[in-house]
Amino acid sequence: MSNVIAFALVGVGLFCLGLYALIVQAHLLRKILAINIMGSGVFMIMVALAKRGADGPDPVPHAMVITGIVVAVSATALALTLMLSLSAASGSAKLSDD
Amino acid sequence: MQDMFSHIPWALVLILLPLLTGMTSFLWPRSAATLGVATAAILVIAVAGLGWQLHYLYDGTYHHAVGGWGAPLGIALHADGLSLLMLTATALVGMGVSVYSLTYFDREKALRFWPIWLFLLAALNALFLSADIFNLYVTLELLGLAAVSLTALAGGKAALDGAMRYLLATLLGSLCYLLGVALLYHSYGSVDIATLAQRVEATPAVWSAMGLIGIGMLLKAALFPLHFWLPRAHASAPAPVSAVLSALVIKAAFYILLRLWLSLFGPLSESGAELLGLLGAVAILWGSIQALRQVRLKLLIAYSTVAQIGYLFLAFPLAAFAALSTWNAVAYLALSHALAKAAMFLAAGNLLRFGGHDRIRDLGGVVQRLPLTAWAFALAGVSIMGLPPSGGFIGKWLLLETALDQARWDLVLVMMLGGLLAAAYVFKVLGYIFTEADISHETGEVTKTMEWAALSLAIAAMVLGFIAVPLLEWLGLEQVVGISEISQ
Repeated sequence: MSNVIAFALVGVGLFCLGLYALIVQAHLLRKILAINIMGSGVFMIMVALAKRGADGPDPVPHAMVITGIVVAVSATALALTLMLSLSAASGSAKLSDD
Repeated sequence: MQDMFSHIPWALVLILLPLLTGMTSFLWPRSAATLGVATAAILVIAVAGLGWQLHYLYDGTYHHAVGGWGAPLGIALHADGLSLLMLTATALVGMGVSVYSLTYFDREKALRFWPIWLFLLAALNALFLSADIFNLYVTLELLGLAAVSLTALAGGKAALDGAMRYLLATLLGSLCYLLGVALLYHSYGSVDIATLAQRVEATPAVWSAMGLIGIGMLLKAALFPLHFWLPRAHASAPAPVSAVLSALVIKAAFYILLRLWLSLFGPLSESGAELLGLLGAVAILWGSIQALRQVRLKLLIAYSTVAQIGYLFLAFPLAAFAALSTWNAVAYLALSHALAKAAMFLAAGNLLRFGGHDRIRDLGGVVQRLPLTAWAFALAGVSIMGLPPSGGFIGKWLLLETALDQARWDLVLVMMLGGLLAAAYVFKVLGYIFTEADISHETGEVTKTMEWAALSLAIAAMVLGFIAVPLLEWLGLEQVVGISEISQ
């Protein structure tokens, strides 16, 4: 069981790390990466918690993670496109301060 | 004929039709506008059909296992009074916005608007019909991505900046929600809301899940102090998009919170209810004061949304003692705010198109040139302020009545102050719109369709004030609330 907890805790760590970077980093590419790291943290927690005793893992969280990855890829694609359009329009890949 | 009408699976139509026409309008852009408006019209009929079925066939709740795969593995659809309320708001606002968009967008923008708009409608309808918390996550993400894309449609620095902030906020909210879902599934081995409702207990994992889901949804519903992304995004989007974002998209997050509150978390937490009420109260005052300070019309309306969302959250502490009357009030507030705020943003879009700017100070003379738009704004304002005989009045009155019954003077005071501040910011705008002035500059073209779309939504918000009793009976919220009382 301690293995499961260790993986889940690493997931929580990734989530917090991503959240910190999302707030602190100004460059949009770093913010987008931060969101992705948070997502990986959540997926890791889901996979870790899916382990159920000796008869193999519970497949449902794995299916959820796959759906989550599809969503994350689409969201990242949209975010990157937006970032490119924004930096083309304003000359910088950062959010305006005012 | 009636037999056929009653046996069409309207709930499926509500999801599949806009998905299908969304794709079709992408492939055949020429017929996109026609398809879009036709879809919106059929969605109105479908909601009426579903309401009829709920009433006469299904005894208040409709359940459908998609493809014959029920819980725990499959995706199930669920409809009751609460879903019906949100679907009704979506259908009515969707109709108004679709008609408005017929002449609002130029050719190139229309090409991109219609497919995404129809996807957004499909995502909203699917969200309101979801029976499990993971499906809610998926629809939430579909909704978020569609809403962000529509916000960015305006182009230009401000809109792209607003859209980017919106995207980051909405993704953060979704991830918090997903983590909450993971914890709930780990604890109880199910994502089905009804199953969870039977099993849920006050454990640390459930508390964490409640916190994460709560924060995620408050961020998406833009409740103070998590509203920071809203004014920019809502103010810089194209007018019909602003209308949809303020009227429907943020309410989807509120709906999820309310749905899970009623069936899972509410019975476990009294202090949570007080906290939500407190945040709602601050949101009303803060949003209204900010609205009053704005010099640009669309920002004023956006901050007014921050304030009006607060009213919905005042209900949480009140509902513990008078569930039915409080949730009836919330139903009325949500529906009338959706219609009135959409009308306001569409009217603001007309003013912006007409004058080329939305500086409140320079809006004089509008009443001479765009009388319908001026009246649309005025009527919507009456509902936002909560003056009789509007729908907003009924909602605020019902909420005030429950607060008085329970001697919650703090909430009564906030509602009164919020009403006064709303009157101040609405009259600030009306004062300029209804003054006569010479219009010297070149003006953009505002079509009659755009004017009538705004006015129709404002009139609908008014009509709500006259049909309170039959409408509340039709929604039948006592059954939704009743479910949660059994599980307590």
